[in-house]
Amino acid sequence: MKITQQDVAYVASLANLHLTDAERLRMEKDLNAILAYVDQLAEVDTSNVAPMAQVSQIGTPSDSADPLRTDEPRECLPHEAAMANVPQTDGTFFRVPKVIER
Amino acid sequence: MVADLNLDVLTVGSARAAVQERQTTATALVENLYEKIDAQDRQPGQINAYLNLTRDRALKQAKRMDAIVDRGDPLPPLGGVPIAIKDVMVMQGVRTTAGSKILGNYVPPYDCTAVSRLEQAGAIILGKLNCDEFAMGSSNENSAWGPVRNPRDLSRVPGGSSGGSAASVAAGTAVAALGSDTGGSIRQPGAFCGVVGLMPTYGRVSRYGLIAFASSLDHIGPLTKSAKDAGIILRHMAGRDPMDSTCVDLPVPDYEQEIRKPVRGLRVGVPKEYFPNEMDSEVRSAVESGLKLLTEAGCEIKPISLPHTQYAIPTYYVIATAEASSNLARYDGVRYGYRSPQAKTLSEMYRRSRDEGFGPEVKRRIMLGTYALSAGYYDAYYLKAQKVRTLIAQDFFAAFKEVDGIVTPTTPTPAFKIGEKSDDPLAMYLADIFTVTASLAGIPGISVPCGNSKDGLPIGMQILGRHFEEGTILRLAHAFEHARASATR
Repeated sequence: MKITQQDVAYVASLANLHLTDAERLRMEKDLNAILAYVDQLAEVDTSNVAPMAQVSQIGTPSDSADPLRTDEPRECLPHEAAMANVPQTDGTFFRVPKVIER
Repeated sequence: MVADLNLDVLTVGSARAAVQERQTTATALVENLYEKIDAQDRQPGQINAYLNLTRDRALKQAKRMDAIVDRGDPLPPLGGVPIAIKDVMVMQGVRTTAGSKILGNYVPPYDCTAVSRLEQAGAIILGKLNCDEFAMGSSNENSAWGPVRNPRDLSRVPGGSSGGSAASVAAGTAVAALGSDTGGSIRQPGAFCGVVGLMPTYGRVSRYGLIAFASSLDHIGPLTKSAKDAGIILRHMAGRDPMDSTCVDLPVPDYEQEIRKPVRGLRVGVPKEYFPNEMDSEVRSAVESGLKLLTEAGCEIKPISLPHTQYAIPTYYVIATAEASSNLARYDGVRYGYRSPQAKTLSEMYRRSRDEGFGPEVKRRIMLGTYALSAGYYDAYYLKAQKVRTLIAQDFFAAFKEVDGIVTPTTPTPAFKIGEKSDDPLAMYLADIFTVTASLAGIPGISVPCGNSKDGLPIGMQILGRHFEEGTILRLAHAFEHARASATR
C-alpha cells in the first residue's frame, strides 16, 4: 500500500491538521517508509488469535477485577478553576470563532 | 554543613538520613541543589533537564520537614528527599507543558496522584523536567524547549522520552526523578545516562494526572541511582487510586524487604532474539559480563526464545500512534492550550492551532495513527497489531513458566550523538527495539547500568519480570549492583 499526496491530505483532514506543502511531502515519504516496515505484520498468522486492547485483561489476578469506585456525588472543579486556562471566554462560557461559514 | 554532602552520590536513603540526623537541613539541601541546577543545567550548551523550578513549593515542604526534625520526630519515609518530575505529570498551579508548545501556558488545576503521594510521604518536588513532546521520542530532541544533553557526554542525547529525568539523576541535580514509559521511555534514557530506570507493571501505579500518550501502554515509574531507591519510590506511589480505573487493587510489597531476599536459585532467561549476530559488540559483552555476575550470585541462566520479538516495533508503532491520535484530539484550542490567533472559523481554528502547536514528530504520529484507524485500514493495521500484541504477550507468559526473570540489553547501542538520527524516524523507532516488548505485554522492566563503552558511555542491562513481580526484578537488579560493585572494587 503506497500513500499518495491525496491520502496525506485526506488523513490530515481527519486529524484536524492542515500541514504546509513541505510538511505534506515529508509526511508522504515518512509514512511510506514506516508503513513499509509495519507491513511485515501481514506475515504473522493471527487467524485464531484474539486482539488485545489492554493487557490488564490477562495480566491481573481476577480477585482484584472490580476497578470501579462507588458512584457518589463529590465536589466538582470550581468554574473559575475550569476556566483558568481558556484562551477566550465571555466570563461564563468558552468563546470560539463562528461555527457556521457563509 | 552541607559542604560535607556529596550531591552526586546522594540516594533516597542517605538524603533522608542526612536530614534526620541533622547533617544538613532539608532547606539547605534544596538550596544547594538549586545552586547546582543553576550552575550545570540552565545555560545554553548545558544539560537543560529542568524546564521549570518549583522553588516555593519545594521550600515550603522543606520547612515542614525541618520542623519535624526540630521537634525530634521521625521523618516520613521520603522526608527531605529531593525529587524532580517529568513535565507530563500535572501539578496544581505549576506550568505543565508535556514538552509541547500547544501546552506552553497550561497551568493545571489538580495534582497527579503519583506526585501527590510522594509529597505526602515527605518528598520535596524540585521542579519539572524536560522530555520529548508528549513523551514521543527516544532522544529528547523532540522537546519544544530544546534538547536535553547527556551529562556523561554533552554532545550526545540522554535518551527519551524521559531524557530530563535520567539526566537530572545522572548529573546529581535531583536525587531521584519520575518519568513515564510507553515503549521504553524510562528504561532507555536510564541506560543512556547510566542510572536505574523502572517501568512498573501496567496497573501498578495510577496514571491520574499523567498527560496521556497511549493509554494502554503508559506507565509512571522512577529513575534513580539504585534499585533500592527505585523500590522505595515505587512503594510510596503504587496502589489503587479511585481516580484511575486501570490502577489495580493489589497489596504493594515493601520492596526494601523484597530486595534483601537471596537471588540464589532464581532462574534467569536469556532470549536469543535480543542478542542478534550483528549487535553492538560492547553492548553484548557488557550484558554477558552481567549475566556472568548473576551466575556467580547463584542464578540459573537458561536460554529461552521469544519468537515474536521482531514484530514488536511495528506492533507498537501502530497501537501507540492509534491511541495517540485519539488522545491528542483533545487539543483543539477551545478549553486550554494554544489557540491560533489567526483563525476566522471554528474548523480553521482547530487546524491552525494544531498545525502551529504540535511539533513534527507528534504530527507524524497523529497522522500514522489516524491512518491506521481510518476506514479500510483498521483491520489491516490496528486490529492486526492488537492480535500480534496478544502473541507477544503469550511469548512472555510461556517463558515465565520456565524462568523467574529475563535479562536482555536495554538498548541496541550506547547513547548516540545529538542530530544523528533526528532526520530518520524509522531509525529512531528502532532504538526502542528491546524495550517495547515489555510495554506491549504490560510486564515490569528495569534497566540497570552494567558497564561502559570504551568511549565511557553507559550501557544498560534490562531485567523483565512477571506481572506485579517488581520485587523479583528489583531483587535481581540489587544483587547485580552489589556483585558489580564488588567485582570492580
